[in-house]
Amino acid sequence: MEKILEVNDLHVSFLTYGGEVKAVRGVSFDLHKGETLAIVGESGCGKSVTASSLMKLIPTPPGKISQGSIKFKDRELVNLSDKQMRKIRGVDISMIFQDPMTALNPTLTIGTQLTEGLKQHRNISNKEAKIKALEMLDLVGIPYPEERLKQYPHQFSGGMRQRIVIAIALICEPDLLIADEPTTALDVTIQAQILELFERIQQETNVAIILITHDLGVVAKVADRIAVMYAGKIIESGTKHELFYEPLHPYTQGLLNSIPRLDKKGEKLEPIDGTPPDLFSPPQGCPFTARCPHAMVACEKVYPPRYQASEEHYGECWLYDERVKKYQSS
Amino acid sequence: MLKYTIKRFLLMIMTIWIIATLTFVLMNAIPGSPFNEERTSNEAVQANLEAHFNLDQSPLVQYAGYLKSIATFDYGPSIKKPNDSVNDLLSRGFPISAELGIISVTVALLSGVVLGVIAALRHNGIIDYLAMTIAVLGISIPNFVLATLLIQQLSVNAGVLPVATWSSPMHMILPTIALATGPMAIIARLTRSSMLEVLTQDYIKMARAKGLSPMTIIVKHALKNALMPVVTIMGTILAGVLTGTFVIEKIFAIPGMGQYFVESINQRDYPVIMGTTVFYSAFLVVILFIVDITYGFLDPRVKIHKEEGN
Ligand SMILES: Nc1ncnc2c1ncn2[C@@H]1O[C@H](COP(=O)(O)OP(=O)(O)OP(=O)(O)O)[C@@H](O)[C@H]1O
Ligand code: SF4
Ligand SMILES: [Mg+2]
Repeated sequence: MEKILEVNDLHVSFLTYGGEVKAVRGVSFDLHKGETLAIVGESGCGKSVTASSLMKLIPTPPGKISQGSIKFKDRELVNLSDKQMRKIRGVDISMIFQDPMTALNPTLTIGTQLTEGLKQHRNISNKEAKIKALEMLDLVGIPYPEERLKQYPHQFSGGMRQRIVIAIALICEPDLLIADEPTTALDVTIQAQILELFERIQQETNVAIILITHDLGVVAKVADRIAVMYAGKIIESGTKHELFYEPLHPYTQGLLNSIPRLDKKGEKLEPIDGTPPDLFSPPQGCPFTARCPHAMVACEKVYPPRYQASEEHYGECWLYDERVKKYQSS
Repeated sequence: MLKYTIKRFLLMIMTIWIIATLTFVLMNAIPGSPFNEERTSNEAVQANLEAHFNLDQSPLVQYAGYLKSIATFDYGPSIKKPNDSVNDLLSRGFPISAELGIISVTVALLSGVVLGVIAALRHNGIIDYLAMTIAVLGISIPNFVLATLLIQQLSVNAGVLPVATWSSPMHMILPTIALATGPMAIIARLTRSSMLEVLTQDYIKMARAKGLSPMTIIVKHALKNALMPVVTIMGTILAGVLTGTFVIEKIFAIPGMGQYFVESINQRDYPVIMGTTVFYSAFLVVILFIVDITYGFLDPRVKIHKEEGN
């Protein structure tokens, strides 16, 4: 499959009164056409900042991409101007936000909000735009699209609004869709419907999806690959199967142990104790040291090297280092 | 919406009636009569005059006559200006006052919104601080102080603008500045804070993610939402400007309604006082009504809410 996104050693920080928040500290990943990559991790680990950086939508100032590269279809985005980025936003890369109740403008009709991006980017008549809008509403499963176009966001339920947000994101047929916790604000049955919608859309349009979530249930359902973020870094990444069945990193293992499972009834859930490190002055060694049950002296001092378990699967933890293994067995 | 409009209309009539009644009660509660100071006239002449203006009748009869005059928009003759009816005074003075008021409100609204938006977009920048300093000054300096300052500096010392009256556009500049600065400052501050709030909303992020230009985002997505609170306080602003015209007209010797009104209070010219009060309160209540309806048009949620609420 064709590679459409290549992120390399991305660093993003925010200059605040309290100092520099290093929100993303060297993130790298690729994405192929039609693929779904899930980025998971605790609150504050830098998932949303990573996502916004891909579209260069972080507030600048205080935010800044301080290092690294984002290659979208072989084009470097990091040094593009805002004007150049505007031609990419909504057209090549689209974004869906967490809360459908606030993502739509309360004073504009759904029709206006659906078609304005299309009209901005394509040379298209009002009539054609409307036809396309009706098509999109139909695609995301909104009945009576003709009447619905004239209505305002408050006339829709949360699930409906998220469908509309998805329709807006897809109307210019982007190659990449970034969804930042698209189901977190919805109740469980609606969540399932929206996830099904993602799968169907992906089959129909072959769009690549980056799905940000901290719900491993969602991940299990739709992801092809998973990247686990911790304190601004991807500490483990691999296919869904590899990550769920052979997690490398103690943090990933902790995450998996903290979700309830139907097949292991009665087993105690173990939430991970402690909190992630402060991103003003992240530790130089492994950021998980303070919470890790296997922490060693080396962990605190030096950041662990990457351990490549398979072509796709890697983890960044000292436990898999040859020297440590040798030392432990002796 | 129709039901709501009718309800608001009835409420409006009620409000005017209450204001009219309060004015009547207050007028009657103050001791004395319009003819007290005219020491030259003897008892008989005074009694005659009182009879002519129905002032010898019981308060209830006077009240009834008064309500009738309001309902028919005929406030009767002025006591102190025998050749003029109250309606004459209103039709002569009100257009000038209205002109002053409308120009000032327009200037205040436009400059306030522009200042507020620029300050919000340059949040914490030099322009922001400058704009907000002007705003704080504008709010804290009373219009009559500003008016005297302007006359002193620009007319008397610099001699660039005329001192008083309302005879040409040049004459209108100082009174307008004096009257508009306060409201402008209030509007600027409100626009700024509400704009700042709106700019952090998800739908603005979403608009950016669509690749819209900054101008489209500000005008189409942010401004309409940010102006909502400004529309709500427009009623208060208008009331402030309205009372402000009285003071400003007096200072700049503008022959508007304010002059007659202030004069009529000093002279106890009952028909003029009551006529003007009722006229102005009716005017204000109508404006508030219009503001409310406008709000419904700006914010689609309001209409529904009120329909359901009634
Ligand atoms: N505008 C900003 N100014 C300063 N710091 C910021 C800003 N935006 C994000 N951060 C910081 O960056 C870090 C990462 O935030 P981010 O929103 O990416 O977390 P997240 O992983 O998406 O968390 P959540 O699951 O809660 O959405 C946080 O520590 C946050 O405080
Ligand atoms: S490097 Fe050390 S502290 Fe970090 S996860 Fe591995 S064992 Fe734990
Ligand atoms: Mg987030």
